[in-house]
Order: sequence, then structure tokens, then C-alpha cells
Amino acid sequence: MKGFGKWAIWVYSGMAFVFLLIPIVYTIIFSFNDARRTNIIWRGFTFNNWLNVCEAQTVCEAFGNSVLIGVVATILATTLGTMIAIALVRYRFRFRNTTTLLIFLPMATPEVVLGAGLAAQFLQAGVPKGLGTIILAHTLFCLSFVIVTVRARVAGLDPALEEAGRDLYGSPAQVFWRITFPMLLPGIVAAALLSFALSFDDFIITNFNRGAEVTFPSFVYTAAARGIPPEANVIASAVFFLAIALVLIAQFSAAARRRRLARAR
Amino acid sequence: MAFTAFAGQSQASDTVARRKSPIALFLLLPGVFYLVLFFVTPLLSLVITSLQEPDPVLFGQFQNAFNWQNYVTVIETYWQQSLRSIGYASLATLFALLIGYPLAYFIGITLRPYPLLQALGLVLVIAPFFISFLLRTLAWKQIFATEGPLAGVLSSVGILGPGEAISGTTFSVIFGLTYNFIPFMVLPIYATLVSFDLRLIEAGNDLYGSSATTFRTVTLPLSATGVLSGTLLTFIPATGDYINASREFLGSADTTMVGNVIETNFLVLQNFPAAAALSLLLMAFILVLVGLYVKRSGTEDLL
Repeated sequence: MKGFGKWAIWVYSGMAFVFLLIPIVYTIIFSFNDARRTNIIWRGFTFNNWLNVCEAQTVCEAFGNSVLIGVVATILATTLGTMIAIALVRYRFRFRNTTTLLIFLPMATPEVVLGAGLAAQFLQAGVPKGLGTIILAHTLFCLSFVIVTVRARVAGLDPALEEAGRDLYGSPAQVFWRITFPMLLPGIVAAALLSFALSFDDFIITNFNRGAEVTFPSFVYTAAARGIPPEANVIASAVFFLAIALVLIAQFSAAARRRRLARAR
Repeated sequence: MAFTAFAGQSQASDTVARRKSPIALFLLLPGVFYLVLFFVTPLLSLVITSLQEPDPVLFGQFQNAFNWQNYVTVIETYWQQSLRSIGYASLATLFALLIGYPLAYFIGITLRPYPLLQALGLVLVIAPFFISFLLRTLAWKQIFATEGPLAGVLSSVGILGPGEAISGTTFSVIFGLTYNFIPFMVLPIYATLVSFDLRLIEAGNDLYGSSATTFRTVTLPLSATGVLSGTLLTFIPATGDYINASREFLGSADTTMVGNVIETNFLVLQNFPAAAALSLLLMAFILVLVGLYVKRSGTEDLL
């Protein structure tokens, strides 16, 4: 029984991994398809899509918009979120439970509701939809995720280090920028990457607040009806390889560090 | 707690004595102000919109009113799509749990002696996040397509009758929802299992518990918080999703979910009151669910 259970979980998990990877591999393979407009049937291998990505005009424009929105929303959300995360762990204040609830609720709200709510507000206030409204919306849903991610890092920070800094006559600003901030940096970077990934791939909230602007996901959505150009697969695959490379480097260096620490002990 | 899984860190307990200081206000105010302005007031906008009535003069315009009848109308008109959403999301959550729990167990416990494999396993689970949500759903659509590889095999075996398709069915929509939200199930469960003390399993075995008994009485209860968070994290986005059920993706006119109805009413029909009323009903339903969970474990624990 025990031997069988061990064997079974390897096979079962292996199948689950294959299941998770099938559409990814499919998307990457079809980025090399020698298709013209509709990228549904395999017509032969080519590098052309990769070499002339911007041939399908609006793809690159949409991609550019998504990057711009992602960067601005990430900077806003990471700044606001990190400040709140520090306050939550380090300070006592009134309405603490209300504040945590306020941070938690956007994550528990379905995206259609967030999107429709913001759109209804922009409509009532007479704000024209465009890049600005998309950025405002993205900052909102990234904010909670940033707070939660950075908060874990702040909670794990030893306050004795900052105390030592103060004992050595460091001003509050010096203590923050020379001790607290560098120690929080891995958490802040993780939060920023998460935030960019969330923003870059968001479709539902964007669709309610984009007006006539096109982001990469909304390009794919609109194109889905008449066929996706293979250039869209190229962009998605390129982003995928870049992200995987970043994560692999981070994961393996963390694992290697853990092993070194274990050996030193 | 569940959400910290995204950072790959487990929650450290707050042992630091919290101080009172005006700095707290400086740190909190901008972000809290942002949340109030772009989360709380939009919800109020939804409430106002949901109670509007058609303008008697201008066709297609609405004026503020207290027309709570809107809620009755949307429930009468869209109860089927709403129940379908709950049904689809529940099934997708169940399947995600059946696939996700063993996977989380495998990465968190079975692979523990091999740190590099463990890291690789975790990367494979989050890999779908890095490729466009829409494109990977479309990939399934094309795999399922009538001229695609799978349909050919299935119809030659006789599972698929002539003229029947895989895409555009209840099956394909639930399949898509399950696929898309599995990582949300795996990560929180993994986060509880990765720090799980293996000596507890040894102790169970020493006390003559079979592997199954030990799992049922020790491992499973201790990973219950992860299962609960994973369930919420899968169920909430699945209920409101309208990509998988959309006709251009894995759905058809027979698989319309509440998200599709909200989207169509808001963006196509411009029937804002109906869209707003449905959104608020959906939110209320989710909040009751989350409330039950918070009652069990506390808000701080959720974060």
C-alpha cells in the first residue's frame, strides 16, 4: 500500500504538470506557425512571426499600452502598498480592523464587480475612459496584493537591527534608507513583479474601463472572434520566457542558499 | 495567510510591539484614501446606479430614483445564469481541489528531500500565470475544435456523436474554469504543507495508524486552512468569470454565466441599472461566503 501510494503520487502529479503545461506549449508552438490571418491550423514552421512581430500592426501598439499601464500602476501600487504594509505591522492605530477589512475586500470581490463599479463611478463623474482610467483601476486591484506580500516581509524583519541603527545615532531617515528599506527590498521587488504580472494579464476590469484604448489582452479578446494573428502568440511566448527566466533564477538561488545554510549548520 | 503564498513566504507572526505614532497616519492615509476613492465609492456608485429608473424623456438614459424593483427584475430574468455560475464554479472548485491537493502534497512533502525539484515544481505550477490567460484558454478551444486532434479521436471511438462538439458545452466551460484556477488552489495548500512537520506523520504511524488513517486524522486537518483559502481563491474568480463561458472562448449561448450577463448589460446593452443590481447581488453572495470563513479564522489570518 505504502509503496503503491508513493508511486501513484509521482504519476498523478506528473499528469497534473503535463495538464498545466499543454496550453502553454500549444501557444508557443503556434507562434512558429506559418499562418496568415487565422492561426488555427498548422501550416508549417517559420521564424517570420518572431522576426516581424509588429507586422500585425495593432499587436505592438497594444503590447506597448499594456507595458506602460503595467509600469505606472505597479509604481503607484507598490509605493502606496509598501507604506500601508509597514504601518500595519509596526504601528498601533484606531480602526485597525476596518483598515484590514478594507484591504482584504478588493481581493474577495469578483473582477466583474470591481470593473463595473469603477465604470459606474467614472460614468457618473463624467470621467472619459482611457489609459488614465485603466491605470487607476489596475492600481486598485494590485494594491491589496502588494500590501499582503510586503507585510509578510515586514513581519519577518528583526526590529533589533533598526534599534542598533538608532543606538548608533542614526537619524530616522538614515535608519530607514540604510537598514529597513534594503531588508524589505526582496519583498518589495516580489510585490512589484506580482503587481506587474496581474496588471499585464488583466482583461475583465480593463474591458469595463478602457474606452477605445487597446491593451494586449483586449486585443486578443477582440481578435478571438475573427482569428488571432500568430504575432500575438509571439508576444505571449516572449513574455513567458522572460518571466520564467526571472523566476527560475530567483527560485534556484533561494534553494541554493537554503542548502548552503543547511550545510553550514 | 493564503495570499502570502504568492510571495513564497509563510506568514511570520507579529511579535513586534506596535507603537503609536503620527508616522502611522502619514503611511496609511494615501493608500487608505485610494481604497476609499476607488473601491468604496465605486460600490456606492453601483448602489445608486442599481436603483435608477429609465429617463421618461431621453431614451436610453437613466435618472436617479429608488427603483428597488430592478433587483426583482434581474433575479427573475437571470436566476438561471446565476445558479449556473454557482454550479459551474462549485464543480470547477471541486475538480481543482481533486487535482490541486495531491499536487500541493507532492511539491510540499514528497519533493521535500530534493530542494531543486521542489523549486522547479513550484515554478511549473505558477507557469500558466506567465502566459496570457486569454491565449491559454483559446489554446484549449483549438485543441477541442471540431477539426482539432481530440475531437477526431473521440468521435472515432464513438464517445462523440456526429455533429457534436466538445467546445461550447457545459463540460468545456467547467474544464476551462478548472484549468485556469488550479494554481490558486495549489499555492495556499502548498503554503500550509511546506512547513508541515513530518514527525507528525511518523508519530501517527508509530501509533499503528495506517497511511490512510494518518492522512485523514493528522495531515488533512492540519492543512485545512490552506484548503479553505484555496477553495475561496478558486471559487470567487470562477463565479464572476466570463471568459471561459464566452462564445468566442469555451462557451456557447447555453453556458452563459452571471459575468457574461453583467458584461453584456453594462457594455453592450448599456442597461446600467440591471448590471449594477446583478453585480451587487453577486458581491453580496460572495461576501456571505467569505464572512462564514472569516468567522472561522479571523480577518488578520486571511491576510
